Amino acid sequence: MSPGETSVDVTVRVNGAARRLRLDSRVTLLDALRDELDLTGTKKGCDQGACGACTVLLDGRRVLSCLTLAAQCEGREVTTIEGLAPDGRLHPMQEAFIRHDGFQCGYCTPGQIMSAVALLEEGRTGSDEEIREFMSGNLCRCGAYPNIVAAIRDVAGQGRE
Amino acid sequence: MRPFEYVRADDPAAAVALVSADPGAEYLAGGTTELDLVLKDGVLAPERLVDITRLPLRGITRADDTLRVGALVTMNELAADPTVSERVPFVSEALLAGASPQLRNMATIGGNLLQRTRCRYFRDPTVPVCNKRIPGSGCAAVRGPARMHAILGAGEHCIALHASDLCVALVALDTLVDIQGASGPRSVPLTRFYVLPGERPDVENVLQHGELITRIRIPLLPVGARSGYLKVRDRASYEFALTSAAAALLIEDGTVVRARLALGGVGTVPWRALEAEQILHGAPATGATFRAAARAALADPFTVAGTAFKVELAERSIVRILHAVSGVRP
Repeated sequence: MSPGETSVDVTVRVNGAARRLRLDSRVTLLDALRDELDLTGTKKGCDQGACGACTVLLDGRRVLSCLTLAAQCEGREVTTIEGLAPDGRLHPMQEAFIRHDGFQCGYCTPGQIMSAVALLEEGRTGSDEEIREFMSGNLCRCGAYPNIVAAIRDVAGQGRE
Repeated sequence: MRPFEYVRADDPAAAVALVSADPGAEYLAGGTTELDLVLKDGVLAPERLVDITRLPLRGITRADDTLRVGALVTMNELAADPTVSERVPFVSEALLAGASPQLRNMATIGGNLLQRTRCRYFRDPTVPVCNKRIPGSGCAAVRGPARMHAILGAGEHCIALHASDLCVALVALDTLVDIQGASGPRSVPLTRFYVLPGERPDVENVLQHGELITRIRIPLLPVGARSGYLKVRDRASYEFALTSAAAALLIEDGTVVRARLALGGVGTVPWRALEAEQILHGAPATGATFRAAARAALADPFTVAGTAFKVELAERSIVRILHAVSGVRP
């Protein structure tokens, strides 16, 4: 890179496929997903790290894509809500959100579901209280929280059977 | 937002040399402070961001009674460490009380130490008055509405709060900060790492431009000591502290043999309550002792109308965490 260069080349795996991008160095992962890769399932809420609507998995761990530079994702694996249902069959967490009516307007839902999927991996679904605490980074202005907790409890219970 | 050059560092010495030689360069790690202030708030405008996340500054190792934590270890990784849970559990409690799970997967330990204040006047560049942002311009928070602000180590020039939970527990433990600079490495105790605002609120710590935190060293508590972290806030989760308290006690036959106490939500820096510790040392573990310690910790506050409530809230937080950790019933 030449001194003062403000664009950057990035190769990142998104939902299993390698994507090459040339971006302004200021572009966040969130904007790269939505504007460059047309993956608009990931939502821009506060765009400032406060609401969780932009939650994606980076190398399997949930992060906020609005506070991650796309350039920092070189060689890394990103999973978005689109990646949960690659062949059109819904992920069990997506099915549970529908079954339990875990959303109203739906804007926060992709972030809620990405966090919920990570929550299962983290093993933080031992009680409703624990689910609430470890979902606290995802805000829902419609107030669908009781049904979101029910959906997560449902999927966590299936895993234990 | 000004354009910046993005540089990916792959060697610590090269990264330190690069930033040390360039006044317009800053480090980028987890991004939860830096990108917020650069991209979103427009408070910082670096010409070059040096991404240090690929440097070999990860890993948690134990050497005798010290835990060595790489600066790029994330908050969630440190919270999940078995030695932390066993020997300094209030460090894990403080970590899990901070931010959100997503942010804790991003934010690093080095970055947590260096997180910038949440003072709204600092974070809003349309406010022309802020001694931290524009040295010598004055303090809008002292005269304007203030609530999430400091009452200890504060003064007329600045009441901006250091909002870390983690650092409250770390400062109680006499944690050491290992630093790499252009002229070599050095170590600074966390208790002397931060600088009170005084007349220069823009100077927040002892780091020179380009110096990089590479590691922290956490002394483990003696076996038998108990610890706890209490955070009081406006919401049940995902909120900064109004007040918080980290306490570690070793009690033998009803007497406090060793005590460590630090406060959050009230200090311009993570606040070690040494005056309170002196009262606790050697005293009977009773409610009267705990109340006396709490009064000593808050003996000299600097309050404005919006923060006056924090004096009693902090005292009560101290009394409550000391009861909880000691097991002495109120």
